[in-house]
Amino acid sequence: MRFTAKTISLAVASAFVVLGCGKPEAPPPPKAEQPAAPPAKPTVTVKIGHVSPLTGPQAHLGKDNENGARLAIEEANARKLEIGGAVVTFDLLGEDDQADPKQGTTVAQKLIDAKVNGVVGHLNSGTTIPASKLYHDAGIPQISPSATNPKYTQQGFKTAYRVMANDEQQGKVLGDYATHQLAAKKIAIIDDRTAYGQGVADEFEKAAKAGGATIVAREFTNDKATDFAAILTKIKSKKPDIVMYGGMDAQAGPMAQQLKKLGIKSRMLFADGGCTTEFHKLSGDAGEGHYCSLPGLPLDKMPGGPAFKEKYAKRFNVDIQLYAPYAYDAASVMIDAMQRANSVESAKYLEALPKTNLDGVTAKITFDEKGDVKDAAITLYQAKGGKWEALESIGGGAPAPAQPAAMEGMGGMTAAPAAAPAAAAPAEKK
Amino acid sequence: MITDRRKALLGMVLIGVALALLPFIIGKGLGNAWVRVLDFALLYVMLALGLNIVVGFAGLLDLGYIAFYAVGAYLYALLASPHFGLHWPVWAILPLGALVAGIFGVLLGAPTLRLRGDYLAIVTLGFGEIVRIFMNNLNAPINITNGPQGISQIDPVRIAGVPLSKTFEAFGLSFPSVYLYYYLFLALTLLVIFVSIRLEDSRIGRAWVAIREDEIAAKACGIDTRNVKLLAFAMGATFGGVAGGLFAGFQEFVSPESFGLMESIMVLCMVVLGGMGHIPGVILGGLLLAILPEALRHGAVPMQQAAFGKVLLDPESLRMLLFGLALIAVMLYRPAGLWPEARRKREFLAEKAK
Amino acid sequence: MDTFIQQIINGLVLGSIYALVALGYTMVYGILGLINFAHGEVVMIGALTALTVIKLLADSGLPGTLVVLIGMLAAIPVCMALGFTIERVAYRPLRNAPRLAPLITAIGVSIVLQQLAMIFWGRNYHAFPPILPTTGRDIGGAHITDLQIVIVLLAAAIMAGLMLLVNKTRLGRAMRATAENPQIAGLMGVNINVIISATFLIGSALAAVAGVMVSANYSIAHYHMGFILGLKAFTAAVLGGIGNLPGAMLGGVLLGLIESLGAGYIGDLTGGFLGSHYQDVFAFFVLILVLVFRPSGLMGEKVAERA
Repeated sequence: MRFTAKTISLAVASAFVVLGCGKPEAPPPPKAEQPAAPPAKPTVTVKIGHVSPLTGPQAHLGKDNENGARLAIEEANARKLEIGGAVVTFDLLGEDDQADPKQGTTVAQKLIDAKVNGVVGHLNSGTTIPASKLYHDAGIPQISPSATNPKYTQQGFKTAYRVMANDEQQGKVLGDYATHQLAAKKIAIIDDRTAYGQGVADEFEKAAKAGGATIVAREFTNDKATDFAAILTKIKSKKPDIVMYGGMDAQAGPMAQQLKKLGIKSRMLFADGGCTTEFHKLSGDAGEGHYCSLPGLPLDKMPGGPAFKEKYAKRFNVDIQLYAPYAYDAASVMIDAMQRANSVESAKYLEALPKTNLDGVTAKITFDEKGDVKDAAITLYQAKGGKWEALESIGGGAPAPAQPAAMEGMGGMTAAPAAAPAAAAPAEKK
Repeated sequence: MITDRRKALLGMVLIGVALALLPFIIGKGLGNAWVRVLDFALLYVMLALGLNIVVGFAGLLDLGYIAFYAVGAYLYALLASPHFGLHWPVWAILPLGALVAGIFGVLLGAPTLRLRGDYLAIVTLGFGEIVRIFMNNLNAPINITNGPQGISQIDPVRIAGVPLSKTFEAFGLSFPSVYLYYYLFLALTLLVIFVSIRLEDSRIGRAWVAIREDEIAAKACGIDTRNVKLLAFAMGATFGGVAGGLFAGFQEFVSPESFGLMESIMVLCMVVLGGMGHIPGVILGGLLLAILPEALRHGAVPMQQAAFGKVLLDPESLRMLLFGLALIAVMLYRPAGLWPEARRKREFLAEKAK
Repeated sequence: MDTFIQQIINGLVLGSIYALVALGYTMVYGILGLINFAHGEVVMIGALTALTVIKLLADSGLPGTLVVLIGMLAAIPVCMALGFTIERVAYRPLRNAPRLAPLITAIGVSIVLQQLAMIFWGRNYHAFPPILPTTGRDIGGAHITDLQIVIVLLAAAIMAGLMLLVNKTRLGRAMRATAENPQIAGLMGVNINVIISATFLIGSALAAVAGVMVSANYSIAHYHMGFILGLKAFTAAVLGGIGNLPGAMLGGVLLGLIESLGAGYIGDLTGGFLGSHYQDVFAFFVLILVLVFRPSGLMGEKVAERA
């Protein structure tokens, strides 16, 4: 055996020697070539990648996102857009990252290899952040419809954009709403210990405290749980005015039911993860009266909203789950930038992205210097008769005074270590 | 004799050249995404070899092995990222990661010494979950792991000042990042293989096998089963710690999601499918299970379209479905693994003959 | 005080749910010495099958309890057939294989069942129609629904039934003989294949019942509900001493109480440091602690180490 081992290392050494001497026959590494439109050809195909989890617990949301992006692309194809003197056909490459960070980078690499000109995705922050590094290095613009972790756009990548209000913006609005409009004095907070849930809940906590409320309980569950009796019982004993949950509909629905079973009269407050039609299905009549927030204006209030809903239902024969309109907008923003730059080349239309000013389905989309959607509208809803009824929209027009404050806490984060504000957060929690 | 040696040497050189050229061949032929898949496959081979020491050599069922991978990854992330503002070099972190993971291995091993079989399985599983849960929650009261948000902007691995995250130009060739990591991972995988082979042939290795085959007899032969078992946990964990550190440098982002129970199960499947206790088998298992799912993902849609004219099954369900079926089929038809140890194979034949 | 009683009730209900699933685990383990990792998935299939039937009948005007019973009766044969098939295909050929081989096939079966369920029932969560009465009782300021009372009683009844079966009937004697030594039992005229099949049939029928109870209590079912549930039940079974029927019950209830009281009180006791986010850590920690002092679980027999 010793012999074998020795020879292996020898072999490797020699292999490196061989390499070191330079192999004349070695193929040159693939260069990132853009499928630029040669003037002779009247048509050109542009590949756009889309990434979301298509398997696993979030598969329904993943497919929804992909459908949204696909709709935008099919519509653009139907319009027979002319960019750079050629008629462009877009081709959507849908990939699955299983909501797994490792898988996220693998499919990102795959899309880079496939020489996509842009990527819509990913769905989860956990996969979007590691993948954004690869897209950045490859110079490919990335627009995430639904990754709301603030960190995504704070890495200083010119290629990273998102069309949805981030967790900070949303948590802040929810917190203000709870303390001002709902006049809550005692608040209980639950989060599901995912990057999303914790992010929203922490921002909510900050805003609620700033609004003068006391946090009477801070409890936790996980994104696979179905039993919340223990934490809800504890919360019941603290008699909160409002219970805020940072997490997804699959937990929010049963949680609302168990809340009712335990005889807790407090209203619940969810961020976008709980703001779905699925919530009503899963909570039954126990869902009545609870509140939620959703970035953007209500679908019905948008000029293109009801039409989008109808188009979507007609094309895919299913209802919109959650983020499809954002995926649609993300793809639209990308195509719009290509049109304005009159080029499908990543490097060229990347220059046009910051100047985006598009009336999307979800909002009027403009970006700030980090790539976050500027002055994102956030709408609050209340469950009434098995439906989310829009109460009021905050932002999305007049500059919301809340916004700069929310951003201030993260000041200088693009360059400064991410640890600084993160470390500061718990100190404030006391 | 000398000619034999020469032949073996020649064979090794050829394998070496092939391994060195592999990323170029794969990158050119199939795309760099496949080189990335290969990089991950090498990480899994390291993990599988580490777990093989515990499960294959010593026969201790460990369902929480990924915890050591997590420890290695988080250690790298904490010591080389803006999170604490530390930027240690890789050559300092990896050995430290190995050491810390080894200590965790002993921590896991100590309370489980008296447990056997399925009790051991559930305790190790619990241990893995405990580590993951702590990583997910240690952002308060003191922010250590940054909780579910994970740690981003981790420094890439740098060797002699060259970051492996950027394409490297040398000798008129350009090496994309995934190629550079491939060479690094390959070198460390070979080291891990070397250590594994040496361990297997050592006194300790024989003691492990003795414990696996019959713990009481081993004890009776004067083997200090306690220390030898602890050593198995520690050694196995060490490999996991190194692989974890490499993972963090490669991904430049770690979050607790990457270290779930499914990952532990995956690594265990690699060891068992390949052939427990047999190093070439385990390597095969690692490579197969890391690469095959990707290949299936790639091939499923075109194949269905060719066969039925439309996509009947979502390629992702199909991929997982086939993966599950493959696990069952391999165990049914080759219960000692795809490439079992010669001794085990004999045992099986004897069993059948009975 | 009412909070404390409520937490005890929460733990008892949760624990009974774990126990329902754990009984199936322990039953198979007791006879075969095999961790049937796919048991959780059988529970899931049972829940989804029953739910499909219940949804069909929800608007039929039949009383809700009857509809749920019909759903359960529909799910039982499906699960039994499934359990029987799993044993024949995935476990029987491996009876003499190394211990890890059936564990791996069990994981394989688990993945396959999950994917099949996803293809068949889709990826969405399914809501349990609100047809059961939501009435309940108040005990010292705490609340328990009628369904939850049924779950607690059912778990205890099933445990008692299984004990009677194993200890008092011919089948049970054959089961114990098979558990002791399959070869000798075979020589004594026990058809061990039939006995093992019967074990799986009973275990799977239990899984169907458990599945219906779980989905009714939480009003939700989905294709990956079996995994975590199976894991918790497995923990419960080991805690009580795997292979031991009262042990599964005890382990389940204990686990439920630990989770519920741990989440409810340890956070305040540690100044918020170990809050409900460490719920699973408490459970595993107690498990490890118990096993350090009693390596075969709380009620597990002290078996001499066999060579």
